[in-house]
Amino acid sequence: MSTERDSETTFDEESQPNDEVVPYSDDETEDELEDQGSTVEPEQNRVNREAEKKRETFRKDCTWQVKANDRKFHEQPHFMNTKFFCIKESKYASNAIKTYKYNGFTFLPMNLFEQFKRAANFYFLILLILQAIPQISTLAWYTTLVPLLLVLGITAIKDLVDDVARHKMDKEINNRTCEVIKDGRFKIIKWKDIQVGDVIRLKKNDFIPADILLLSSSEPNSLCYVETAELDGETNLKFKMALEITDQYLQIEDNLATFDGFIECEEPNNRLDKFTGTLFWKNQSFPLDADKILLRGCVIRNTDVCHGLVIFAGADTKIMKNSGKTRFKRTKIDYLMNYMVYTIFIVLILVSAGLAIGHAYWEAQVGNYSWYLYDGENATPSYRGFLNFWGYIIVLNTMVPISLYVSVEVIRLGQSHFINWDLQMYYAEKDTPAKARTTTLNEQLGQIHYIFSDKTGTLTQNIMTFKKCCINGTIYGDHRDASQHSHSKIELVDFSWNTFADGKLAFYDHYLIEQIQSGKEPEVRQFFFLLSICHTVMVDRIDGQINYQAASPDEGALVNAARNFGFAFLARTQNTITVSELGSERTYNVLAILDFNSDRKRMSIIVRTPEGSIRLYCKGADTVIYERLHRMNPTKQETQDALDIFASETLRTLCLCYKEIEEKEFTEWNNKFMAASVASSNRDEALDKVYEEIEKDLILLGATAIEDKLQDGVPETISKLAKADIKIWVLTGDKKETAENIGFACELLTEDTTICYGEDINSLLHTRMENQRNRGGVSAKFAPPVYEPFFPPGENRALIITGSWLNEILLEKKTKRSKILKLKFPRTEEERRMRSQSRRRLEEKKEQRQKNFVDLACECSAVICCRVTPKQKAMVVDLVKRYKKAITLAIGDGANDVNMIKTAHIGVGISGQEGMQAVMSSDYSFAQFRYLQRLLLVHGRWSYIRMCKFLRYFFYKNFAFTLVHFWYSFFNGYSAQTAYEDWFITLYNVLYSSLPVLLMGLLDQDVSDKLSLRFPGLYVVGQRDLLFNYKRFFVSLLHGVLTSMVLFFIPLGAYLQTVGQDGEAPSDYQSFAVTVASALVITVNFQIGLDTSYWTFVNAFSIFGSIALYFGIMFDFHSAGIHVLFPSAFQFTGTASNALRQPYIWLTIILTVAVCLLPVVAIRFLSMTIWPSESDKIQKHRKRLKAEEQWKRRQSVFRRGVSSRRSAYAFSHQRGYADLISSGRSIRKKRSPLDAIIADGTAEYRRTVES
Amino acid sequence: MTWSATARGAHQPDNTAFTQQRLPAWQPLLSAGIALPLFFCAGLAFIGLGLGLFYSSNGIKELEYDYTGNPGTGDCSVCAAKGQGRAPPPGCACSWSFTLPELFPGPVYLYYELSNFYQNNRRYGVSRDDAQLSGLASALRHPANECAPYQFRSDGLPIAPCGAIANSLFNDSFSLWHQRQPSDPFVEVPLDRTAIAWWTDYHVKFRNPPLVNGSLALAFRGTAPPPNWHRPVYELSPDPNNTGFINQDFVVWMRTAALPTFRKLYARIRQGNYSAGLPRGTYRVNITYNYPVRAFGGHKLIILSNISWMGGKNPFLGIAYLVVGSLCIVMGFVMLVVYIRYQDQDDDDNDDE
Repeated sequence: MSTERDSETTFDEESQPNDEVVPYSDDETEDELEDQGSTVEPEQNRVNREAEKKRETFRKDCTWQVKANDRKFHEQPHFMNTKFFCIKESKYASNAIKTYKYNGFTFLPMNLFEQFKRAANFYFLILLILQAIPQISTLAWYTTLVPLLLVLGITAIKDLVDDVARHKMDKEINNRTCEVIKDGRFKIIKWKDIQVGDVIRLKKNDFIPADILLLSSSEPNSLCYVETAELDGETNLKFKMALEITDQYLQIEDNLATFDGFIECEEPNNRLDKFTGTLFWKNQSFPLDADKILLRGCVIRNTDVCHGLVIFAGADTKIMKNSGKTRFKRTKIDYLMNYMVYTIFIVLILVSAGLAIGHAYWEAQVGNYSWYLYDGENATPSYRGFLNFWGYIIVLNTMVPISLYVSVEVIRLGQSHFINWDLQMYYAEKDTPAKARTTTLNEQLGQIHYIFSDKTGTLTQNIMTFKKCCINGTIYGDHRDASQHSHSKIELVDFSWNTFADGKLAFYDHYLIEQIQSGKEPEVRQFFFLLSICHTVMVDRIDGQINYQAASPDEGALVNAARNFGFAFLARTQNTITVSELGSERTYNVLAILDFNSDRKRMSIIVRTPEGSIRLYCKGADTVIYERLHRMNPTKQETQDALDIFASETLRTLCLCYKEIEEKEFTEWNNKFMAASVASSNRDEALDKVYEEIEKDLILLGATAIEDKLQDGVPETISKLAKADIKIWVLTGDKKETAENIGFACELLTEDTTICYGEDINSLLHTRMENQRNRGGVSAKFAPPVYEPFFPPGENRALIITGSWLNEILLEKKTKRSKILKLKFPRTEEERRMRSQSRRRLEEKKEQRQKNFVDLACECSAVICCRVTPKQKAMVVDLVKRYKKAITLAIGDGANDVNMIKTAHIGVGISGQEGMQAVMSSDYSFAQFRYLQRLLLVHGRWSYIRMCKFLRYFFYKNFAFTLVHFWYSFFNGYSAQTAYEDWFITLYNVLYSSLPVLLMGLLDQDVSDKLSLRFPGLYVVGQRDLLFNYKRFFVSLLHGVLTSMVLFFIPLGAYLQTVGQDGEAPSDYQSFAVTVASALVITVNFQIGLDTSYWTFVNAFSIFGSIALYFGIMFDFHSAGIHVLFPSAFQFTGTASNALRQPYIWLTIILTVAVCLLPVVAIRFLSMTIWPSESDKIQKHRKRLKAEEQWKRRQSVFRRGVSSRRSAYAFSHQRGYADLISSGRSIRKKRSPLDAIIADGTAEYRRTVES
Repeated sequence: MTWSATARGAHQPDNTAFTQQRLPAWQPLLSAGIALPLFFCAGLAFIGLGLGLFYSSNGIKELEYDYTGNPGTGDCSVCAAKGQGRAPPPGCACSWSFTLPELFPGPVYLYYELSNFYQNNRRYGVSRDDAQLSGLASALRHPANECAPYQFRSDGLPIAPCGAIANSLFNDSFSLWHQRQPSDPFVEVPLDRTAIAWWTDYHVKFRNPPLVNGSLALAFRGTAPPPNWHRPVYELSPDPNNTGFINQDFVVWMRTAALPTFRKLYARIRQGNYSAGLPRGTYRVNITYNYPVRAFGGHKLIILSNISWMGGKNPFLGIAYLVVGSLCIVMGFVMLVVYIRYQDQDDDDNDDE
């Protein structure tokens, strides 16, 4: 017991989680963590452990062997895996990818097999077989076969179309070309022919065809830039670097052709940033890591040519391994529908059993004495009852609607097309229409409770723009023209005087330009000069155009702004920077780059001007800068005020400052710096300390304000969705500050929101847990759960929580636990039991905490999770899914959202961006976040209403149709006699009643799209499952049952002793069948007419068309001609014409239809008058509402007072390129001697290699 | 948002009323303006129809007599008692006498009614071969399996017409005698036994097999009559247009009834003096009692009836219409009250918006 306590308390009393860092990587899997633990394993456990090790079948070993330029090597027999009995397959996949399911031969059998795996189809197959047994066959064989063939056919056609599209896509990709060494020369071959071990050559902007080891490239040191947008959605470039040895020896074709390196590495897996392997070449071995691997799906950028060796091809590549499992999603209604079909099935069995018993009884009482029924078989009544049970199963099979599933699919397909066609979700700028990638989830869009949104690229455009600045205490950036008079017309600042301007910056303050040009205030020029020189941006010239590559978009925005204002950063070498200052080019010597990191929150650069003076320029977060300012700074207060103003406008700020350094001071410092940069241990800390010494007594220049541009319409969309009672959670990998900032910007958070952070939550949860434990632990489970809110009601609350806190709170600390458990390896049975018990307790505790957390979070109006890993994103979604039983939607654009998109009930991808991973795994995709409101409030709501109406009607219609047989049984000795003609049974579901309901399912609108958007409150019907649930289902069934009663008993009464108008043929079975069938067809078609609220001409046409079709076909089937041709198949000859010429029968039909429909009309009218629903009211006032076309846009009631400032540097994701710049790796060798300063130890390493 | 036709993106969806879900549509609302008049009008119309139906049904005269022969119910009980078992004695006769004080207006129809007779039993209903009945020569020799056990006779001859329905053909016969004055002799009232079946049945559905040498008997050679029949199918009537499969009694019988109690037309009375109906006087129906029904608790009735525009006597529909019509009116008033009561409240709600 004590051990358990120990381990538990260890978890709880951890030090506070670090808000800055992202928790453990997703890629650290369980076994890796365990490996770390095993080093401290005590000796005495080794024996136990060894035994366990044997049981572990899969050990991570370097068993993947690749030999360059040797295809034969990979075809050796021991690389073959047995697949079936004797068919062997190489373990190396070919590079051809195959996503299609069928080919010409396998389509029919496989598709049929797939389809019969569905319960409903299989059910009808069984029925078909039952019908073939003569003793129990109560219906003609075609009554089931025709609808079944139709259903199978439609599904098969749909599958076929899908598969053809997949074939096409595969072919397109497999036939891309690439250069591969074959017979000593580079030859162009298709992607599908690439094999493991091939050496390939790739050019700029080529897609990488497989996972390859970078051997060499045209860049210095064999660097190679890749864009990984396809993989992780990040658009900034990443660089990969080849091994020194391959860089040296493998530059030309001949050398590459004779390259015979041998690689041993790990088996294919799905970890994108992990790779371990060894290259054996020239009798040496070289370690390989992920930095040397180019992954399939990436694009080569900024690199003219590179060479690589294929290591994983086709299905083995990391991208394919990642895209492997697609979760099959089904909607809530699907599940409900299935349960309903099961319910109906049970009803069917019960009814059949009851009627079978009835038949046995009737046989005993009446049938046995009715000589005319003698059939030569002396079967006992109970045996006849048994046979009739099956007979009734067949007769009543239409209770389970055969065309239900296929109709649902058709409707969903149509709705998906409407989404694809919607012009208002089409983004013209990028020519991207919305796309429903799965066609099975539409109605779920109308039931969303929680939206989980990514931030970058989803809420924001991931574009930073320079908005405002404060120079020397003056704020620039608001609209102002040169003469300082505000004009009504807002004019953009004209940058055409500047040759380097890119013409994309929108700036309105003409006064600033005047200031720059006049040069009255030197600080203004200094300010922009600083921006152009103090950064780690790389420059790239394409056709004379300057292109910046920045580590963070903030920095890029600043350098770009400086360029537009006349201070263009032109080029950099290892130790110089060239800047064009208002037209004149000057080159500065860079003495040191003091790079950014998340602790320093600033970066500095020390340069020597051409005049010879040394200056330090620094930019950083206001908090760290203000600590380091010189005491005598006149503009300190003004700048502080400006920062507050910027912050209240949700702009991200940075402070800029500089200082002059004496030559002597610098040399002194430089010595310390050199010493620190070669320190062998704790180099980073040593460097930080040295940096700290020089970054002091700074002189403040001003502050910048950058806008993290939100996508259009984000706040409006969010407020609209909030009105529809949808909760929005933002899950982002960004820092807390960024996330909070965006929360304010998109009005998820407002000034009167109380924000709770991880600490607050943790303590709240702790007390809650204590209370729950005190109340009695396990026994409390059986007590009714008491709902007690965490917060007093009425207040607007938001929760901002970081990934680390999330782990802390949810006890998701894998590393710790596995270590602890490992250390205490169980020795006795007793201990083992204790162990499992404690684990179970831990599980229980975890579950309790998770539930509490979700309850708490759901009380907040907004939740923002920052610094979360993709896995945690998925976990949060899953928690809500699990504990709230709510429908969730995840929206994101990058590969880090894939997990969450796949986990949520509905995943939405933002398309039109470079990265496709999120879109590929999403269910819906469109280009702009704001389209979400249309997708949910219009398409989702319509789809939900349509589907619900459709299902309700469908169950009703089939019950009304089928149960007539049931009532008829009481009058025919329970003999499974049908109440209709066989052909009518065959065609009822297919022709006579299907089209109107399908069209309603496709076209119905209770209120128009404009009104749906205007009244988001209409959306809640879907969230609360109001339109289709068990109650509604049973009401539909009851309606069907009552209708069937009316349909049977009114004609029964009319037929009791009637005779025709001419005295003939009084009350025969066939006329009766025609009467009931006609009344049924008219009733159900009028009923759908009542249900349709949006009558287009197609609806009207289909409703009256169905009735007309019924009469047309019936008269045909009852005609003399067809009887002469097929006397036994068409037995109702003349019935229609004889029965329907009697006014009496028409009066019967009219009465039946009226009795079926009038109560429905009355009930609808009364309920609409007494309890009008939201949509009823809106429909009623449709005209008036239409008149008030314009609706008030939500006023932005947003004013933030003094608040925490938001520093742009806090937002930067990663270290800059400073290392790379100062080591000179990326810069072509065309410049100054090597006597320059050495900024990093890596440069030294490089020198030693070169020498 | 630009959806001008000029700068169209390659992936831009079509801007049609259908794809944008803007199809012109009528959005009917179940407003008081529609619902209330609907109910009042429907109610009035139904009441009108109901009254019409009720009175025409009441105007129809019907005479019926149960001649099943349960003990103590007239002279048919003798025959019934004799035929206790399955096979009744052939030609047992009984009669039913009645007196008409006034004219029974014509045209008068003579029906027989059977009750508790499940012609709609599925096992019974399928036991026929429509191909055979439509005169197909091949089906004549090879009756369908559904006819079993009346498919082949024990000696292997195919049964024509096959099946249980044909086998159980109703074989009582009636004749009607009229005595104008108590002293007058009984005169036979002519019964029109033709055209009692549907035109389509008689002309299309039931056809005799092609004659062999002009003889129907030869056409049926090699077949056996159903076991319960006393004569072969081609001797059902001496009239060549009323024998074989197209014998009208047979055709009427083969059109199976919907319910276990049913009437079938036996004859029309529309000839000679009786075209205007049955004049007053005493009548006697002579019944040849052959058909056993007591074994299964059935009843046999003989009915004389005339008809109206809506057919025979059946008060159900008239009453049903009256009830439904009245309910409509009542419902209309309820709805009116509710509408008035809730209308104001509804308006208040809308003012809040």
